[in-house]
Amino acid sequence: MARTLRRILANLPYIAIIALIALIPLFVSNLYYIQVLIFIGIYIILALSLNLLNGYVGLLSIGHAAFYGIGAYASAKLVMEVGVPFPLAMLGSGMIAGVFGYLIAKPTLRLSGIYMTLATLGFNMIFFLVLQNWMSFTNGPLGIMDIPQPSIFGYMIESRIQYYYLIFFLVLLTIGSMHRLITCRFGRALVGIRENELAAEAMGVHTTRYKIQAFVLAAFYAGIAGSYYAHFVKYISPDSFYIYESFILLAMLAFGGQGNLIGPVVGAVILIIIPEVFRFLQEYRMLVYGSVLIVMMLVRRQGLLGGKNYSLRLPWFDDQQGAVYTRGDKFLPTE
Amino acid sequence: MALLEITKVTKDFGGLEALHMVSLQINAGEIISLIGPNGAGKTTLFNCITGTMPPNTGSIKFQGIELVGLQPHEVAQQGITRTFQHIRLFNRMTVQDNVMVGNDYKGRTGIFSALFRPPRVAREETMSRQKCREVLSLFGERLLPRLAQNADMLSYANRRRLEIARALVSEPRLILLDEPTAGMNPYETQGIVELIRLIRERGHTVMVIEHKMKVVMTVSDRIIVLDHGEKIAEGTPDQIAANTDVIEAYMGGRQRAQAE
Repeated sequence: MARTLRRILANLPYIAIIALIALIPLFVSNLYYIQVLIFIGIYIILALSLNLLNGYVGLLSIGHAAFYGIGAYASAKLVMEVGVPFPLAMLGSGMIAGVFGYLIAKPTLRLSGIYMTLATLGFNMIFFLVLQNWMSFTNGPLGIMDIPQPSIFGYMIESRIQYYYLIFFLVLLTIGSMHRLITCRFGRALVGIRENELAAEAMGVHTTRYKIQAFVLAAFYAGIAGSYYAHFVKYISPDSFYIYESFILLAMLAFGGQGNLIGPVVGAVILIIIPEVFRFLQEYRMLVYGSVLIVMMLVRRQGLLGGKNYSLRLPWFDDQQGAVYTRGDKFLPTE
Repeated sequence: MALLEITKVTKDFGGLEALHMVSLQINAGEIISLIGPNGAGKTTLFNCITGTMPPNTGSIKFQGIELVGLQPHEVAQQGITRTFQHIRLFNRMTVQDNVMVGNDYKGRTGIFSALFRPPRVAREETMSRQKCREVLSLFGERLLPRLAQNADMLSYANRRRLEIARALVSEPRLILLDEPTAGMNPYETQGIVELIRLIRERGHTVMVIEHKMKVVMTVSDRIIVLDHGEKIAEGTPDQIAANTDVIEAYMGGRQRAQAE
């Protein structure tokens, strides 16, 4: 009982923040704002999933939108043609994206550095061309229309507010699950590979297997985001999954900083808000977008919150770090 | 039976033979020094043993198991760990995490157990953390107060120590140290000498590449000398100190002739 209480107390700041975000729809009646928030949510999941690869394992993938697209098309097809209920379709589309992730990772991870990066770029291009030209399956450039609203065990998601809570839940699930993955053996292995692959290998880390696992996981999360996107916008076409989309994700990581769970979230929030705030500038607004990125690279190359592994554990309530050491150093010989 | 048995190992890098028909044996509980001039093939031999650069021919048997053909991580799992000549730490990781990576191959936590956190995950983590502190306590107060610091914040000597700790934490049968005292002052070097002895007392077999003769002569049970990829001598410190081939390899034949 006391332990549960202490846990609640320790996480009080998080509970407060979550509650605040959960209450937003009560105070914001403008549905346009809610829609912006929903897109922020989608991009938070995408940026975090890419962060798993680029930030934690240090593999530069620049074709991540392909997995996003696979998730979207898989989900639409599963619901519309197979008749799978939405929650299962979402899980299934994540898994299908994961399978593609495995198929891409297995051969390309033998390539090193830039070649593997180019392979991911190539995959994104091929994926886009397949979407465009496989008329019978993807309906080509016309895309898939009238994707049904999600219904979760009979409960229909119709209004923006309901969509908002769904993405809110998914974002929480993403951050929570990633936090768990990162703070144990699995996460240490990933960071070890990033920091020094040779040393990690010599310490018994099966580097190839971990890289593939990270790739599959990243694709899985992106697939989930894609599934949500398909059912939220209700219309998907190849244009939404072009390389441009991959580069937006990379920009989010570059802006917010990668290698921790906070940077990509901040990056996604800011880079989605900027074009909306500067909407009055009309087409010039993308200039602001670009210059913000350039200034960021000049002033702080690692991104706003990059280069550091921020723990989500709150230090002043942490019961694990406390008992370290207090006796101080003996710098000089004593004898 | 010898713990590590290397027979006729040859490694060439496109014409340059870094190792030529090297054979040697290491018994359990020994401290073996590997010495030789620069470019003699000492680090290459380490790389061959750990699977980083498999040899072209020859066999390396560890406790009867053939190591040639195994991946580096598989070699580590057999119970051989190493440190590197040029320090290779996980820089943006805390001291504690650095050491825990060394112990992680013994763990079983995968993706799903990480997500659902059955009680054994917490047990595993706690055990690993305790193990990490125990190993770091071998270094007195050098590393323990810095558990939560990133490895790139450590001093040079402490980084070397952390590498040794990371290699020790999985309790390997054989530990390979590649120039552990490089760049250390005499006081720190003496600390490493005592540490190497302590490591042996804990039941590990130690193979060490070293350039400081004072260290080599005091710490080793047996010395193996390589020159131009070939083993030119092997024996106790006294035997090696008196061996003319070794002196020639280090001093060069011509200078010796002039001196005479």
